[in-house]
Amino acid sequence: MSEAVSALNGASFAGLARVEETGLGGMITLRGDFASAAFRAAVKTATGGDLPDTRRIAFGDRGAVAWMSPDELLLLVDYAEAAAVTASLARDLAGEHHMAVNVSDARACFTVNGASAREVIAKVAPVDLAPGQFAPGDFRRTRFAQVAGAFWLDEADVFHIVCFRSVAAYMFNLLSTAAHPQARVGVYS
Amino acid sequence: MSTRLAKQGRLIDRSKQIEFTFNGKKLKGFAGDTLASALLANDQMLVGRSFKYHRPRGLVASGAEEPNALVGLGVGDRFEPNQRATTTELFAGLAAQSQNHWPSLEYDIGEVNSKLFSRFLTAGFYYKMFIHPRPFWKHIYEPFIRQSAGLGKAPDTELKDADTYEHFYFFCDVLVIGGGVAGLQAAKSAAETGAKVLVLEEKSCWGGRTPVDGGTIEGLDAEEWIARTVAELEALDNVTLRSRTMGAGVYDHSYILGYERLTDHAPGQGGPRHRLWRIRAQQTVTATGAIERPLSFAGNDVPGVMLAGAMRDYLVNWGVTPGQKVLVATNNDDAYRTAIALHEAGVEVVRVVDARESGGGELSDRVRDLGIRIECGRAIAKVKDGKRVTKVAICAQNGEGGAREEIEADAVAMSGGWSPVVHLWSHCGGKLTWDETQAHFRPDPDRAPTGHDGAPFVVTAGSASGPLGLAAVMADAAAAGAKAAEAAGRPARTVTPIATSEVTEAPMEPVWLMPAKADIELRMKTWLDYQNDVKVSDVQLAAREGYESVEHTKRYTTLGMATDQGKLSNINGLAILADALDAEIPQVGTTTFRPPYHPISMGAIGGEARGEIFQPLRKTPMYDWHDSHGAHWEPVGHWRRPYAYLRSGESLHEAVNREVKNTREALGLLDASTLGKLIVKGPDAGRFLDMLYTNMMSTLKIGKCRYGLMCSENGFLSDDGVVARIDEDTWLCHTTTGGADRIHAHMEEWLQTEWWDWKVYVANVTEQLAQVAVVGPNARRVLEKLNGQAGGGQAGGGMDLSPEALGFMEWQDGEIGGFKARAYRISFSGELSYEIAVSASEGQAFWSALIEAGREFGVMPYGTECLHILRAEKGFIMIGDETDGTVIPQDLGLHWALSKKKDDYLGKRAQSRSHMTDPDRWQLVGLETLDGSVLPDGAYAVGNGVNANGQKNTIGRVTSTYYSATLDRGIAMGLVKHGPKRMGEVIDFPGLDGKTYQARIVDPVFYDKDGEKQNV
Amino acid sequence: MLILDCPYCGVRAEETELHAGGEAHLKRFGPGSSDEDFHDYLFMRENPRGVHFERWRHVSGCGKWFHAARCTQTLEVFGTYSAQTTEPPQQITDAISAKRPGWTWRGLSD
Repeated sequence: MSEAVSALNGASFAGLARVEETGLGGMITLRGDFASAAFRAAVKTATGGDLPDTRRIAFGDRGAVAWMSPDELLLLVDYAEAAAVTASLARDLAGEHHMAVNVSDARACFTVNGASAREVIAKVAPVDLAPGQFAPGDFRRTRFAQVAGAFWLDEADVFHIVCFRSVAAYMFNLLSTAAHPQARVGVYS
Repeated sequence: MSTRLAKQGRLIDRSKQIEFTFNGKKLKGFAGDTLASALLANDQMLVGRSFKYHRPRGLVASGAEEPNALVGLGVGDRFEPNQRATTTELFAGLAAQSQNHWPSLEYDIGEVNSKLFSRFLTAGFYYKMFIHPRPFWKHIYEPFIRQSAGLGKAPDTELKDADTYEHFYFFCDVLVIGGGVAGLQAAKSAAETGAKVLVLEEKSCWGGRTPVDGGTIEGLDAEEWIARTVAELEALDNVTLRSRTMGAGVYDHSYILGYERLTDHAPGQGGPRHRLWRIRAQQTVTATGAIERPLSFAGNDVPGVMLAGAMRDYLVNWGVTPGQKVLVATNNDDAYRTAIALHEAGVEVVRVVDARESGGGELSDRVRDLGIRIECGRAIAKVKDGKRVTKVAICAQNGEGGAREEIEADAVAMSGGWSPVVHLWSHCGGKLTWDETQAHFRPDPDRAPTGHDGAPFVVTAGSASGPLGLAAVMADAAAAGAKAAEAAGRPARTVTPIATSEVTEAPMEPVWLMPAKADIELRMKTWLDYQNDVKVSDVQLAAREGYESVEHTKRYTTLGMATDQGKLSNINGLAILADALDAEIPQVGTTTFRPPYHPISMGAIGGEARGEIFQPLRKTPMYDWHDSHGAHWEPVGHWRRPYAYLRSGESLHEAVNREVKNTREALGLLDASTLGKLIVKGPDAGRFLDMLYTNMMSTLKIGKCRYGLMCSENGFLSDDGVVARIDEDTWLCHTTTGGADRIHAHMEEWLQTEWWDWKVYVANVTEQLAQVAVVGPNARRVLEKLNGQAGGGQAGGGMDLSPEALGFMEWQDGEIGGFKARAYRISFSGELSYEIAVSASEGQAFWSALIEAGREFGVMPYGTECLHILRAEKGFIMIGDETDGTVIPQDLGLHWALSKKKDDYLGKRAQSRSHMTDPDRWQLVGLETLDGSVLPDGAYAVGNGVNANGQKNTIGRVTSTYYSATLDRGIAMGLVKHGPKRMGEVIDFPGLDGKTYQARIVDPVFYDKDGEKQNV
Repeated sequence: MLILDCPYCGVRAEETELHAGGEAHLKRFGPGSSDEDFHDYLFMRENPRGVHFERWRHVSGCGKWFHAARCTQTLEVFGTYSAQTTEPPQQITDAISAKRPGWTWRGLSD
């Protein structure tokens, strides 16, 4: 088996903020009934995390759980574990209407880090990035200029973005353009 | 002459001299100048020529309302036409060129237009000429118009704009547009409630025109009050101030565009040139001030005739006077401020001509005390034509222009009163009311634009509301800020009165024509719209010709349709129209105000979307390999797919033919990763797919594949692909490359909005997998080699790919060459073919392994054109070629894919509508030219007889056409009336090249009709 | 540019994140239906000046379809609600009645 490679092989750019492709992450699309105890238990087993509130991401000791829609979660786990976790979710939820699909290779992952990170994202996503409006643990699906993406803010004030793998180069160039060193807006930084 | 004064100029820094050029001439200005003030300082009174008559024109205004001083700015890839000198900050090396003249600004041949042709160039000229004898248009008028028409010149089409641009999304409680004293006060009042406030000011400095007009606020000189207030606001966390940022437009649901000019004043600074702020504000305060109206008198466009307020701006802000002997003409008290300012600057005021019989108030007394002669009830009869003002004839206002007195003057300051800038209020539906006393339209606060919740979302502040006196302006602004904050959900606050200085002014009197009964000779020289060369006589002509609606008159005369959108001309033109129609002004109404307030750059609208991020390009995991191996790219939606792989010295056509032959004879590899892959899972998944596909999918056995068709509810074929049954409640549906997102959305739509109680989940895993079609007689060999199974068998632990283990239309999971893979034994080429899916992250490695292992089997990658030819040789349809949204499966002979057992599927009911069952529908056939040539793509077949328009009846069209290297001849598919019943008939296809192509109707399967090659 | 509140994820989404899906509460007619019913289902749409019910999808967000009650004249939004219903909920029709007394739309009215 050959080594798996991410779309941009860890490209990075330093400008107003540091933009970095963070390599492959384990990601599982999990759909099912959030009210089901078995469903919640399976999520807990998979990630160590609880079901997040609407538009939030919850962190556990083995991964994280992001709220995608009222019947869909995105589980974040180690890339190497993703296939096994997907299989065990299927076992845990056998007999219950659900869907667990490994989508780790369908995605590209980025971080945007630095004092102007909020402004960089606010240039391309129609979202209120004011500090009081988007806080650590918030998770949002939206568009980044012309492509779909989701992002969240971690406790260390680092933004994480996921998008489809095929548009990784577009996303990287888009974020790097927005992070041009002389393009500071000066509203949030 | 216009010159720089020794003193004055609050905005300029005389210690910093700046060099610039105008029409190649080197000139000097100071830091803080606008291009307009710097031109005046250099006695460059003539700044351009008018659009239609090429009349000499000078500066009229000092801000965004300037109609004349449009220049071409910059050179090469930074050249931009139609930039306003008044809103262009001067910088070192600025290069400006005047417009609309030939051969030079000083001497212009087009000026003869105004002398020889002006009587032909009246209102409606273009409409009238279109109707007159056609030859006249083509040979006389059009060449003439083409030579003289056009505003500025277009940038070089070979050059790309060298600058970059960006957008910025921003959300706030209260947005204040305008950073004059009213805007600042409104912002302060709003900010005091804790509201999040953004203030936009189009100019580089704060305070608007109050420092020029004078007065005190809260005991401070205006300039001190502004500095203090800006400092206070800057210190607040909840306030953001942006200068050089114009509120460009107000849109539905409180969406506002701000246009920030970051480097226009400092090119070379780096970073984006413009930033478009995409603002969503709870409430917007428009503190946009007022614009002075010109007076309508003959020769009011001669360079040196200027708005009185603008002349005062040039004096106070930039220390520039447009003339040495100035005549002031007015119908209100404000122009007296200009007379005072001129006098204080040492400029001679030769006369104040006040149209009002009773004259002015306190300010006029001051002017009289300064020894300046004031004449009441008088008017300008005419300013002598020329490249600048030399003589002004005055007469009685209430007359026809006789009994004139001629006065020597080199500049005229005119004021016809002030109109609030209502544009932003009106953009989204705010209504206006006619104010008799001020003779202007002002916002009607009871009819504000309303937002998503049905509540008003725009409040006006200061003179944008109507009042012009400082006390009233400040009171209105304070109240507006508090009102907006409250409407945005902040606590209500009582507004404390703001002490200001006060001047008692006499009422203005509307003067729409000077003199009131000016004769036709004067009216033909009296300009309303400077930029589009519309005169009083044009509007009157339009009225005589029956144009009663102001919107029609606007279009007929082009009044207000230039780049200044009639900022100076609209009210004056409207009043002339009302008078000509014998109607009241409010009954005639205004034209519609549309965004942007002032032109913004195309670059700002496009934002970051240019160059490599103009639009997203979707790349498969093997993109880089393709790119480095000669891929000629073809866009398929946002994807880029190799059309063919070019080898050195090869033409595209040769490459395609090589790929076709090699795939048929040896081994081809196709990157099929772009094909859509949707997982459909749940207890009701089978039932759901039976509704989506025309054929039966619920009965598909686990491990098997089936080709399926999807139709829209209209019955038309929408997508196709192979469906694989994965397990008891899971199916994998392949879609076309362009169909993945669309069909995923289609499935979600029906699940969410119609069959929401069905237990089905869908996931799009298109990008999780890299998929490779391994095609050709050696397909199995290369895979077995990868598995270390040369000669067959199950050695090496890899997947058993033998025909017994993996038959046609079956799939299997396992390992190939150490890669975790799923293999589908499906064929879109008619050859022995496997489609192998591996994880996207291993796609490139797997592809490389196949290329390496395939060498001994003659492997070659092939592109989409080869794919198309292979499928066409087999008579397989392609969505988008054989279908176009009007084709049903029955048209394509796909009856076998339409389940007769099912009661229902999407499209079934529609396919029984009378037109769908019409035997005359065109149906799919193969087409072979008699001479073996390739039929032109999209060609129509003609039959007997003609239609109602005398054109030959069409009986079919070509849907796919190729040169088949396999058969060494042209092959095609097409839809032909009664086609399947006409096998062997020859029909005619007239080509665009004038040739008629004759083609025989044949079976659409051209190659291996029995399918022996794929079944080995 | 419109903003609509997605009832599923709570985002106040601007139009660029949304996909308009035409008229709401259409009743599907399939095989066995009369030509007239099927024709009306496929082609006949309301085009009111005033109260209207529409389908929207939060496509650049949670991906869910929802319904919106809106005034086509003023663009006022009376409310958004679940896609899994064949008619607007009482609370929506009450909100419309409060703002547009006497409204009618297809078979619905104040």
